Amino acid sequence: MKVTINISLKEGVLDPEGRAVETALANLGFTDASNIRIGRQISLDIDAEDASRAQHRAARMCESLLANTVIEDYEIKVAEEE
Amino acid sequence: MRVAIIVFPGSNCDRDMMVAIESITGRRPALIWHKERQIESADLIIIPGGFSFGDYLRCGALAARSPAMEAVLDHASRGGAVLGVCNGFQILLEAGLLPGTLVKNTALKFVCRETELAIEPDAKSPLLDSLDTDAHSQLLSIPVAHNEGNYFAPEDELDALEANGQIAFRYYTKAARQPYNPNGASRNIAGIFSPNKRVLGMMPHPERAMGNGHASDDGRRLLTSIIAGVSA
Repeated sequence: MKVTINISLKEGVLDPEGRAVETALANLGFTDASNIRIGRQISLDIDAEDASRAQHRAARMCESLLANTVIEDYEIKVAEEE
Repeated sequence: MRVAIIVFPGSNCDRDMMVAIESITGRRPALIWHKERQIESADLIIIPGGFSFGDYLRCGALAARSPAMEAVLDHASRGGAVLGVCNGFQILLEAGLLPGTLVKNTALKFVCRETELAIEPDAKSPLLDSLDTDAHSQLLSIPVAHNEGNYFAPEDELDALEANGQIAFRYYTKAARQPYNPNGASRNIAGIFSPNKRVLGMMPHPERAMGNGHASDDGRRLLTSIIAGVSA
């Protein structure tokens, strides 16, 4: 099953990279952009019988390696089968 | 006194640390490849600095799940002493041996400079026993070199670290006699202990402050104290 995991910094955790990008955007005239947060997307195939199992396995992977839950949240999307 | 140093692909301070330790103990530490599942009778295990696994995913994330780290966790759970320096500190946090995490420096710059460390007066650890911990009269001058040395933990966790005397060092400046923060670390934290004070993680590199041409020999003082504390 095709699974997409979005990992983002928790609210309240400073994102110096996002802040630097915000400054650069402002320099280009995009002063309407704010609260920029930079995350990471991981896509993978999981060998699972159904979507809920794939979801469960992906959550386990996030908890044990893919996300650092001290500072990061994760969101899992399992693609619908064709 | 048997010291083991874990080596990951991308470690680059392992040999400096080996030479530094040997110059104190007169005995060469064992270099342990990360795929080893067992570490033979070490009194002190050191996780050195570098860029383990190319800092992929997060600094220290992949190294923290390697077979050798299972042996390190086992050693620590039996009360064994562990020292993690720089990337080694990041690995100890990722492995859950110490609380919190290290994120990018707030200035988004790699920081490579001498820092002054104030030894926390409440840090009562056998590893620091032979160092004078008399408030700020005793500072250690030890360099840092990192891009992700900004210590972060939730406020309640930081309060708990302070209450339990788990903070080992904070960044300080001798000249201005005040805290100094090279990387944005919460509460100027440069190094912390586990609750039993036998696991120490720190960003500064003591193996780069060994005298003999280095800017200071405070790293030697610190490593000597750690080794004395482990042997005691």
